[in-house]
Amino acid sequence: MTDIAIVGMAQTPYRRRRDDANFAELIYGVTCEALDDAGLEIGDIDNFITVSNDFWDGRTISSMAVQDACGSSFDGGRNVSTVEGDGTFGLLYGMMRILSGAYQTTLVVVHCKGSEGNMRLITNGMFDYIYTRPLGIEATGAAALQARRYMDKYKLTEEDFAHVSIKNRGNALRNPNAQLAETLSLDQVMASKPIASPLKLHDISPISDGAAAVVLAHRNVANKLGRKPVWVKGIAHCSEAHFLGDRDLAEAPALRDAAFRAYQMAGIEDPFAEIDLVELYDAYSYMEPLWFEELGFCPKGKGAELIRLGATAFDGPLPVNPSGGVLSAHAVLVAGLARVIEASLQIRGEAGERQVEGPVELALAHGINGPCGQSHCVVILGE
Amino acid sequence: MAQRVGIIGFGQTYHRSHRDDVNGVELINEAVRAALEDAGLTIDDIDAVVIGNMDHFEAVNYVDTWSVDGSGAWMKPLIKLTTGGTTGSTLGIAGYHHAASGLFDVVLVIGWEKNSESDTTGAIITCSDPIFDRFSFSGALPGLAVEASAYIKRYGIKEEDAARVAVRDRAHGANNPYAQLQTPVTIEEVMQSPMLSWPIKLLDICPRSDGAAAVIFAGERKARQLCSQPAWVHYTAVRHSHTYFGDVDYTRLHTLEAAVQELYHHMGIKEPLKELDVVELYQPYSFAGLKWIEAMGLCKPGESPRLIWDGVTDMGGELPFNPSGGVICTNCIGATGLLRIGEAALQVMDRAIGRQVPDVNLALATGFGGAYWSDLMLLGKKPW
Amino acid sequence: MEKVELIHLRQDVDLPYHWAAGRYGSMMLRALRDRKVILGNRCPQCNKVYVPPRVVCGPCFVQPSEVVELSPAGILAGYSVVNYPFIDPETGQKRPVPYTYAYIKLDGCDNYLSHLVDETDPSRLYPGVRVEAVFRPDGERVGRLQDILHFRVVD
Repeated sequence: MTDIAIVGMAQTPYRRRRDDANFAELIYGVTCEALDDAGLEIGDIDNFITVSNDFWDGRTISSMAVQDACGSSFDGGRNVSTVEGDGTFGLLYGMMRILSGAYQTTLVVVHCKGSEGNMRLITNGMFDYIYTRPLGIEATGAAALQARRYMDKYKLTEEDFAHVSIKNRGNALRNPNAQLAETLSLDQVMASKPIASPLKLHDISPISDGAAAVVLAHRNVANKLGRKPVWVKGIAHCSEAHFLGDRDLAEAPALRDAAFRAYQMAGIEDPFAEIDLVELYDAYSYMEPLWFEELGFCPKGKGAELIRLGATAFDGPLPVNPSGGVLSAHAVLVAGLARVIEASLQIRGEAGERQVEGPVELALAHGINGPCGQSHCVVILGE
Repeated sequence: MAQRVGIIGFGQTYHRSHRDDVNGVELINEAVRAALEDAGLTIDDIDAVVIGNMDHFEAVNYVDTWSVDGSGAWMKPLIKLTTGGTTGSTLGIAGYHHAASGLFDVVLVIGWEKNSESDTTGAIITCSDPIFDRFSFSGALPGLAVEASAYIKRYGIKEEDAARVAVRDRAHGANNPYAQLQTPVTIEEVMQSPMLSWPIKLLDICPRSDGAAAVIFAGERKARQLCSQPAWVHYTAVRHSHTYFGDVDYTRLHTLEAAVQELYHHMGIKEPLKELDVVELYQPYSFAGLKWIEAMGLCKPGESPRLIWDGVTDMGGELPFNPSGGVICTNCIGATGLLRIGEAALQVMDRAIGRQVPDVNLALATGFGGAYWSDLMLLGKKPW
Repeated sequence: MEKVELIHLRQDVDLPYHWAAGRYGSMMLRALRDRKVILGNRCPQCNKVYVPPRVVCGPCFVQPSEVVELSPAGILAGYSVVNYPFIDPETGQKRPVPYTYAYIKLDGCDNYLSHLVDETDPSRLYPGVRVEAVFRPDGERVGRLQDILHFRVVD
């Protein structure tokens, strides 16, 4: 349990290309909406965290583009910092700066436009330039290795993963912000274009443009605001080894470790029984069962079976990615904070058509960094 | 629970224009091992790792995950921050908040750069707005030249005044075995060095360096347990205003003025020249050593040359600046701000071998970068 | 220490981007291309006029709602004759030097426009000297800031 609450939030719709808005225009929009949502004004915010990536933006010091737009230049300037990584890591650092006693409120903003750069070259750039990069490996090629290893080790099939895409793209039909929302059949997924075996087109998240903002507040402030606060009950992050050859890609020990510490902080002993809803980072279909298992919801290798049986369906006992998940909209960096926002909306009971049945008292949101989910952040949110 | 935080260890690499003997990960590891040794710790004692640089200098994306073998962040909480020239100070401030938040007790902070691995100016140019600024932009120098020429014009400053600042830092750098440039220079040598962009000459500006720095922050209980004299973090202040270079007022460094005012106000500092004992200023060129100490309130605008010529900021002066030799002797960009913090910490800990200022109670470290942004961290001998 | 051969690996990264100028940037670039006009916008709170026009006035955090047609002329606020070699990230080639990088304060505008001046003779360049925009001819303007070829000194 922490003293930090989410008191305001906003996200753009996620679309393939947003020519109508540059980074500043995206960020100004979500900043104003998140402040409105919190019932605060820019002058009430004493601390800012921007999240961006220089490679995706094609700009070193990518945060420069949004300093005015997020409000950090307001009235002679305010204290600000910049995280380069998933939005959940920005949330985490924003929290730290309140917990340290330095600030009372923090605005966290994140933007990314996958449409503007070249995803293959940009993600090739995260591999070691001496040994790995010359092989041409990039995010999807590496993910394919992970999917194959996971299948081999736990006797899973491509059909197992197809059910994830069917579920999440179907869930996205209720989410107006989603980019890909469709009713898919097993045959459609299986017959979709092979990209990097075993991954096919429908196993892969789209390239998206978008932005999101969250207002965090200390208990002293949060309890005075009109809105129901969503409390950060637990949070933890962890990274494992970098070289793919140093890892067993069918395992995610860093996620196991982060989940363990986040549960400990939140006082959770039996995640499946206690957590009501999960929004996790399913950049590729196979990631959902893999992360689900490492989060301790079921034994290793059993995630796919639970998905097939409907346990994680929109109306199942533990809905996973009722928003449609990352498979339906993948603005890199933004996607993790979007998971936090989606989980928070469910706790508030304000998720509209995608609000799940029954009360959501405790939810989990998750973000990743690096190839094949090398680094993870787990966030436990609650009433 | 919030806790007070002290710096308990600092390590740096030997800084050179080209460190061909190591790759980036190995360079990072050299600083990490030095910091752990300095603090008497092993990597198992580290609870979380913070790392940063400027991506386009080495063209490595997701540096945090790429460098795990060197940083020691394997199976540890790991985060990356980057804000341009202010990256190093941004990292140090993040290390402080990691520990101060109570979420982590011992935090390893790493800043690094291998400037030799790309065209430095070409990489810096990519910081400008791609649509409105980039085609004309030519790196850090012209903006600084505009700043310096406006300052000269307004206050009748002489080029020799700035040269005296460069002479000071190069003399100090000779005391620092880690510095890239360790040879003193004379006023005449500075004045006769090639003109790069009037009024800035070659010996007025920083070199480009390969190097890394690592600083270990600890919460109060651990800091007292692990270190006989930690450098306690008293306060941090940051201003990263401005989106376009054309919005900057080149006659004043507003961000430093605002950050300094916040810090002095909060700490009750009324006479900084008397109350501060040493400053590690992120001073990328000599003219900043004049104009920016005015922004810091050490003297009235236009009066800084008197302080400089009187030796007030020299070793042995009333308020020594850059005992390490500062940025003019070493500039491995993502490490530079963290070197300021590490060097300031050494002064407070009384461990700055060969470059120690006597009786340091309060030390100020600064960061500079982005669109004329400023960061500050104040360290002290006693917890605040 | 024993001398060993140390190897460098060279890679010339070609990373293409397609940046959206957004609503305000597109408005400015259309005006440059179609009408040879430089646009700014005015903050209703502090009254400052900005170029390029943008979505927000940072210090006031309000939208500069009023679009302003700026003069193509103004003064040189600061400049540098760039004479050192570097790789231009726009082209991957060395940018031709010398060239003059300038901050230009357009008449009626409160901040600076970064651009080029076609003059490298220091005796003709000084802060305060009048300059004016030289536009590329009709048919050669494509909707980018380089539709202004450069500024020239007028005296």
